[in-house]
Amino acid sequence: MAKITYITHENEKHTIEVQNGLTVMEGAVQNDIPGIDADCGGGMACATCHVYVKEDWFNKLPKKEDGEDDMLDMAFEPKTNSRLSCQIIVSDEINGLEVNIPSKQA
Amino acid sequence: MNKTDALIIGAGPTGLFTAHQLKLIGLDCEIVDNLDKIGGQCIELYPDKPIYDIPAVPECTGEELTNNLISQLKPFDIKFHLSERVEEVKKEDANWLVKTSSGNTFLTPNVIIAGGVGSFEPRKFAPKECEQFENKSLFYSVKDKDIFKGKTVSIFGGGDSALDWAIELSKDCKVNLIHRRDEFRGAQASVDKMRELVKSGKINLFTKYQMANAHGDQKLESIDIKHDNNEIKNLKSDYVLGFFGLIMQLGPIADWGLNLNKKTIEVDTEKFETNQKGIYAVGDICNYPGKLKLILSGFHEGALAARACFKLARPNEKYRFEFTTTSSNLLKRLGKKE
Repeated sequence: MAKITYITHENEKHTIEVQNGLTVMEGAVQNDIPGIDADCGGGMACATCHVYVKEDWFNKLPKKEDGEDDMLDMAFEPKTNSRLSCQIIVSDEINGLEVNIPSKQA
Repeated sequence: MNKTDALIIGAGPTGLFTAHQLKLIGLDCEIVDNLDKIGGQCIELYPDKPIYDIPAVPECTGEELTNNLISQLKPFDIKFHLSERVEEVKKEDANWLVKTSSGNTFLTPNVIIAGGVGSFEPRKFAPKECEQFENKSLFYSVKDKDIFKGKTVSIFGGGDSALDWAIELSKDCKVNLIHRRDEFRGAQASVDKMRELVKSGKINLFTKYQMANAHGDQKLESIDIKHDNNEIKNLKSDYVLGFFGLIMQLGPIADWGLNLNKKTIEVDTEKFETNQKGIYAVGDICNYPGKLKLILSGFHEGALAARACFKLARPNEKYRFEFTTTSSNLLKRLGKKE
């Protein structure tokens, strides 16, 4: 179980306990956090679950797999700290993670 | 003007099986899809990914599923209109008048929206200033490459489209290639070729940059690109090309007076009809209490919507439920009986 904070573009903070093994995307979708569309359902095929991860956390997360950066090329306003939230798997180690949701996904 | 009993929007698995159901019960139908191929998300997003929850099919890929659905349609003559987007749906007496982006028109009592999460559209540049130049100096696909001859063209993207056009246009244009990171995801041979052209000065490469602004009065004059470290560069540009892949958008469907809920359309669960009589929504795009975004649900929804279409297409006939195992009518339509 990990507490994850989703910060919307309007700076609203939603802190949610997400079960280990789910993805950060699933945590958002299952709890109706606005701004994470996840059109493809977690297949790393659409870039609509794009989030920004604060620097210190970004370096602590397991590295991106092949293909995630390719997909991020297509995200709306990607930055160096961009991730696809469907590729971040929740575990005790990421308790306290904060992610920022972009102004839009497409 | 095409007259048909039902028009299906979307050639994904749900649209294909809905067509099967319509033809089976003796109705005509035609299918429009914005993509240039049949299969929808299954083909565009995950052709090679296995799917494990199609009833009686333990495992199949998106491509296999699509091919099976197409072969299931073989007994029937169904007209596909690919690379066309439905732009307008208007009431005309008891029918709907439907217009597509290619100027095709349809008159039909039934419109079935099987549009998934909307139509695939090119992803666009983020800065608002880019909009005013769209389709004049700024494009998301190339229709006529001759207009670029002798001009300065700034190409954005890191995939094959961006690389291929950068290489091609470098023959007789001044090419800037801009990408948000150092790695390119295009074919290795194209990446090598591009790097060669950069070395020989044929392509100006800017990596870790993204579009920040576009300047010009009527015509585009220059663009600002921004580095990861926030440094801004101004590039003189006559044309801009952006290749960021496709995104799914509801598009014009949003303007047809349907009850929408986020990116989905509200329907009843008897006919899968929307708030407009004769317009149905099935598959991922529809929404009702308990909706599951599963392919199998789309099949069920399409089968019921097809029966609802019968009432409007054949108001003077009575629909009779029949099984393919026993009905000679159905077997004839399937080409299994003289």
